[in-house]
Amino acid sequence: MSDVVICLFSNAGYDRAAQGLVGAGRRLADALGARLQAVVLGPQNPELSIRAASIADAVVAADQPGLAEYQPEPCLAVLTQICRELAPRAVLLSNDTYSQELAPRLAHRLGGSAAGDGVELAVENGALRVKRSVYGGKAIATIELLRTPAVVWLRARAFEVAEGARPASIATVRGSSLSVPAETPTRIIERKSEATGEARLEDAAIIVSGGRGLGGPEPFKDLQEVAGLLGGQTAASRAACDSGWCPPSWQVGQTGKKVAPGLYLAVAIRGASQHMAGISDAKNIAAINIDADAPIFKHCRFGIVEDYKKVVPLLKERLAAMQK
Amino acid sequence: MRWHYKHFISSKTRKAIVNIIVCLKQILDPEVPARDFRVDHDRREAVRGSANLVTNIFCENALETALQLKERSGGRITALIFGPEEAEDSLRKALAMKADEAVLVVNDGVAHPDPLAVAQALAAAVRRIGAYDLVLVGRESGDWGMGQTGGLLAEELGLPCVSFVDAIEAGGSGLLLKRQTDNGWERVDAKPPMVATITNNEFNVPRIPKTRDIMMSSRQPIAKWTLDELGVDAAAIRAGGGYSRVVELAIPEKEVTCEFVSGDTLEQKVDQLAQRIMEIARAL
Repeated sequence: MSDVVICLFSNAGYDRAAQGLVGAGRRLADALGARLQAVVLGPQNPELSIRAASIADAVVAADQPGLAEYQPEPCLAVLTQICRELAPRAVLLSNDTYSQELAPRLAHRLGGSAAGDGVELAVENGALRVKRSVYGGKAIATIELLRTPAVVWLRARAFEVAEGARPASIATVRGSSLSVPAETPTRIIERKSEATGEARLEDAAIIVSGGRGLGGPEPFKDLQEVAGLLGGQTAASRAACDSGWCPPSWQVGQTGKKVAPGLYLAVAIRGASQHMAGISDAKNIAAINIDADAPIFKHCRFGIVEDYKKVVPLLKERLAAMQK
Repeated sequence: MRWHYKHFISSKTRKAIVNIIVCLKQILDPEVPARDFRVDHDRREAVRGSANLVTNIFCENALETALQLKERSGGRITALIFGPEEAEDSLRKALAMKADEAVLVVNDGVAHPDPLAVAQALAAAVRRIGAYDLVLVGRESGDWGMGQTGGLLAEELGLPCVSFVDAIEAGGSGLLLKRQTDNGWERVDAKPPMVATITNNEFNVPRIPKTRDIMMSSRQPIAKWTLDELGVDAAAIRAGGGYSRVVELAIPEKEVTCEFVSGDTLEQKVDQLAQRIMEIARAL
């Protein structure tokens, strides 16, 4: 009755988010004196299952054909069935699109409570507390979940990984024991990826990001070149995405991606709190901005107060020269 | 770079009437700069100060998405708010943007009810409004940003839900939706009725209402319903904390000192900037 369940999607692999989620689950289970159960949804992914099994106490792999690719209603139905069986104290998910879509509905079906975008978990008098950013990053709230199970989606990449070498059992749940609804009122019929590079933005070590001050889509080509020279990726503020200068999947901020690069170079981004909420885990922030009073500089290690139009071409030249 | 949006909304969309309920939330203006932002630690709420109350941006994106769908397919749009009397202003604006009807479920309980209480109040109002194909909500609010209203509302109504949608057209089994994912987008075929949470893109930026429509909206009726007449557990919703509660609210202290690169010429400054960047890049 007191297990902690973590929910992983096999298609995503054992990425940094999965590692952080397993780590967070392990520590919460230990704090509660509970067992950690990892549920893996989707086609067999032996690497993921084995890695999870080395840290969790048990792995449940649900690999029915109906779960080969994510579909909202079938995945929710199956996850609900598995959780009813396990009757956990807490269910932890990552903060990817699918997990965020499922979590509140899962909580409702299990009679529990959900909270999202957690950056810290604590247990206080037996109740689970979730720390999260609110008011567009201007404040931090601690939310106590009053029903069981507590269903929490985490900024999983910000959580430390766990080491483990205990081989747990991997149980595969086959079609007979779980019913996957075949006819559902919604169906994902097409999937398109428009990633900025090979790695996911959330995993990028260096991000060069552009904002409203760029004034149009053209300067993003220069930013991509700068990012390329550094082996990094390109991102944007909501203002730039809303203007159609770049795809919405580039958006970083409270309502876009939450990134944690070693260096975040903000070009012509003022730094409204909603944007800063997406880069609170960045190790170093630097900025190019024409306005010395732009709030972004309050978060920067270093910066330059100049027109980006003058700085970026020179910077490109200098970085290219330094690589030789 | 992303012409697919234009392809997505095809001109051959078949005519199908879609009745839509758009749930809105009025919030403290999120544009208030961080230096003017204060919290009341005891009440665990933001201090309003001189800040305006505005409609949550994602809710306006939802209304804009609904208006565009209506323009192509026909149907009626009802704007719905569960909130205090002052939230009437957000409904007036929705009417000025050309929503057909407006309903305010008056919240005379706690100022920030938990996500389940909100979903229960909205679900009861949606049932009372009746015939609908689509219920739209913003993906999250600019104040508490819990991001749960859509999912919980769908469960309360026993409907399917698709999140992070940024374009909808009539077609397929009834509706074709485009939604954003972590690294791109997906197309969803859906048979209504359903709930969708709406996110922003360049095509659902909320329209600015015409002056004439703003003036007309002040004379349009707004239905006001009390929790007691909706057949819900009004006492529980007024108390609003059976699901989760805020135990602490604080402003994080996190300021670093920015070192501005120095130099007599632009070239010298950029040179320093490049060196600082390379130092970090090489250490990673």
